[in-house]
Amino acid sequence: MDLRLKIWRQKDASSQGSFETYPMEDVSPEMSFLEMLDALNKKLVEQGKEPVAFDHDCREGICGSCGMYINGHPHGPVPAVTTCLLSMRYFRDGETIWIEPWRARAFPVIRDLIVDRSAFDKIQTAGGFISVNTGGAPEANSIPVPKKDSDNAFDASICIGCGACVAACKNSSAMLFVSAKISQFALLPQGRIEAKERVRAMVEKMDELGFGSCSNTGACEAECPKQIRLTNIARLNREYYKAF
Amino acid sequence: MAALDSKIPEGPLAQKWTKYKASVKQVNPANKKKLDIIVVGTGLSGAGAASALGELGYNVKNFCYQDSPRRAHSVAAQGGINAAKNYQNDGDSVYRLFYDMIKGGDYRAREANVYRAAEVSNQVIDHFTALGVPFARDYGGTLDTRSFGGVQVSRTFYARGQTGQQCLLGCYSSLNRQIKKGNVVMYPRREMLDLVVIDGKARGIITRNLITGEIERHSAHAVVLATGGYGTIYYLSTLAVNSNASAAWKAHKKGAFFANPSFIQIHPTCVPQLNHFQSKLTLMSESLRNDGRIWVPKEKNDKRPANSIPEEDRDYYLERRYPAFGNLVPRDVASRAAKERCDAGYGVGKTGLAVYLDFRDAIRKQGKKAIENKYGNLFEMYKTITGSDPYEEPMMIYPAGHYTMGGLWVDYELMTTIPGLYAIGEANFSDHGANRLGASSLMQAAGDGYFVLPNTICNYLADEIRLPKISTDLPEFADAEKSAVERLKSLLSINGKQTASSFHKRLGKIMWDYCGMTRNEEGLKKALVLLEELRKEFWSDLKVPGKINGVNQELEKAGRVADYLELASLLVTDALDRRESCGAHFREEFQTPDGEALRNDSGYAYVAAWEYAGEGKSHILHKEHLKFEEVELKVRSYK
Repeated sequence: MDLRLKIWRQKDASSQGSFETYPMEDVSPEMSFLEMLDALNKKLVEQGKEPVAFDHDCREGICGSCGMYINGHPHGPVPAVTTCLLSMRYFRDGETIWIEPWRARAFPVIRDLIVDRSAFDKIQTAGGFISVNTGGAPEANSIPVPKKDSDNAFDASICIGCGACVAACKNSSAMLFVSAKISQFALLPQGRIEAKERVRAMVEKMDELGFGSCSNTGACEAECPKQIRLTNIARLNREYYKAF
Repeated sequence: MAALDSKIPEGPLAQKWTKYKASVKQVNPANKKKLDIIVVGTGLSGAGAASALGELGYNVKNFCYQDSPRRAHSVAAQGGINAAKNYQNDGDSVYRLFYDMIKGGDYRAREANVYRAAEVSNQVIDHFTALGVPFARDYGGTLDTRSFGGVQVSRTFYARGQTGQQCLLGCYSSLNRQIKKGNVVMYPRREMLDLVVIDGKARGIITRNLITGEIERHSAHAVVLATGGYGTIYYLSTLAVNSNASAAWKAHKKGAFFANPSFIQIHPTCVPQLNHFQSKLTLMSESLRNDGRIWVPKEKNDKRPANSIPEEDRDYYLERRYPAFGNLVPRDVASRAAKERCDAGYGVGKTGLAVYLDFRDAIRKQGKKAIENKYGNLFEMYKTITGSDPYEEPMMIYPAGHYTMGGLWVDYELMTTIPGLYAIGEANFSDHGANRLGASSLMQAAGDGYFVLPNTICNYLADEIRLPKISTDLPEFADAEKSAVERLKSLLSINGKQTASSFHKRLGKIMWDYCGMTRNEEGLKKALVLLEELRKEFWSDLKVPGKINGVNQELEKAGRVADYLELASLLVTDALDRRESCGAHFREEFQTPDGEALRNDSGYAYVAAWEYAGEGKSHILHKEHLKFEEVELKVRSYK
């Protein structure tokens, strides 16, 4: 199929960006979205032009590197799929596809579709851990955990840190991201010991880094490629109230 | 160069590690603060080592090429992590895990290292559980396990189909704790361009900041490479597309021997290649073989849809050939068996290069819900990629390049042949012999990083405490930086017509065709010629746009492909040297009448450690003869 790509090009953080148009012929429906961009970049390089820069790595939806706005949706129009696994079979011949970087104050653009998500790491550094030294752990089965709690903790823990929730939110809130880690640890006995300090530190850091507030519209949940639930935000709020 | 000294401690196998730890030199806490350690890589081994070393009080600098340490490719491991807990009362023990690994590796691994890996496996599970890794649990609240290929006990701990992600995020959390304390400084988006060696010792690295393009110098009292494997040498593999061998290769050219490079695991259960623009082959976890049955039609070119092929027309070839282990034979065996059927014309799918992995019987017996609980995300991922629903029709799978058992040669202390340079996790060669058993890579990586290296590195650092902070103004740093910059400039100045990826693809094809699942002398010799030609073409017709400054992803790729083109020849040379079949290394000339690998223990029970001899010169082979004191060498049989 033939497509028209409208891609956001921006040289670096301090330059002004703009949309460039690229016709793209002979796109196979079997390609992934990133393979389609690979093909475009091959063409651009062979023409002596600068290829489109984008983050990507595992290409199996688990590392969280890739992510871009595709036709107004983070990771494109298909639910529960990262950009790398988005198949071109969901697009039609002749379609115009708009491709943009995440847009959020806390995620400045580095180049083209690459943004700086180090704010996420900073939030995790503030408290996203259980303080146990190597060698100091008790025997694993000495801490029984109800299967239900363990399963719920797992469902929260699968966040890949891609940033789609922030990009989807009109307030650029990071609540879903933060709530996933808070929930995981809040549900496990190992995590309860530092629960108060953790939630205070992570929320404080999140606010400091320029993420917006949550107004419960649920766009984050709708766009999350890993389907992290809004109930985690409720749990985060509960944990936060309990922490003072 | 003197004979390789593996520094295996004296004494009975089961006491070596305990005795070693009790007698090793220590660095007192006040002195640890004065010592700098560089760790490159943030997977299970890298982030594990950085955290554990930070906890001990060393100053750690940790590097990764991704934007965050949480993205290292350990994240993609699916099925599980082994430990000898014997929670199932099925007769498991440290010894049995050790024995399974030695046998699974086809008797080409070092006994003492493997035993230690098995020994620390239980501590790894304790540690991850304490870090909040949500492993699967039973209704009573205790940890659950499942079975993996090549073993007959259930010792694999798992977190649905994303155990690697959960373990990696556990490592990432412990790393974050040390970053917060100031014990670890994190340098993301950095690519290591060279190793700095001063007076024969590893003293630092040269990196490129992948955002600004700036070339940076970092010094330390010791350098640890946790940079993973080189499976992307096949271009298409289960690895992250940016995974590369450059850091290890640069270290190799500075004096670190490269061991058993041709031992590459081809994973049997991957989504097959569907077309020529594909950039990646996605793994479908080996755990699926617990419940999935592998088959092809009994008749050649049977074009009926899988579900219309009746039971009597199906050939469950693994169950037929290997009744004792059935679908759970080790990976090398399963991969070759799939290739054999497809080469013989029984393959399925559009290309004929696929076999079925069928869950029909398991769903009938256990119900869809039970299967969903175990493999839900894998089924979803398969459906997302292929558009076909594995609950309704069998998966199609085919082998793909996956894990490299080979890597930098290390001694018992995980030190390479360059004093002060360590290699841990997949980057070293030591624990998996010629074939790795499933769920033992997370185990080994975490074991190396958290529990082994922090106990061995002090033996070296204890003699370094008098050395003050190393200046990056020393001439060795200036020279390494200069040559790194010159190399980048030369890549940029070729100004030919072809992209780095297109060379990479052609390299991958050569390696897959002649040095993949099976090898033979004629093909390997041909590969050496083809590689030489491709290398010449690369250096005369490569096109890299842009500059050193700023983001330049094409330049990153070009550097990695250039290194792969050199490593590829060593890989083929190693495969040529090893005139036997063992594990994943299958030389067609050396097989039993029924097509099984034919080992030659009197000739090849050694680790091939290759020394770089200089530009344009042949590598020098050093042999570390493996001594088996505990295990009797047998024909590996899964029948």
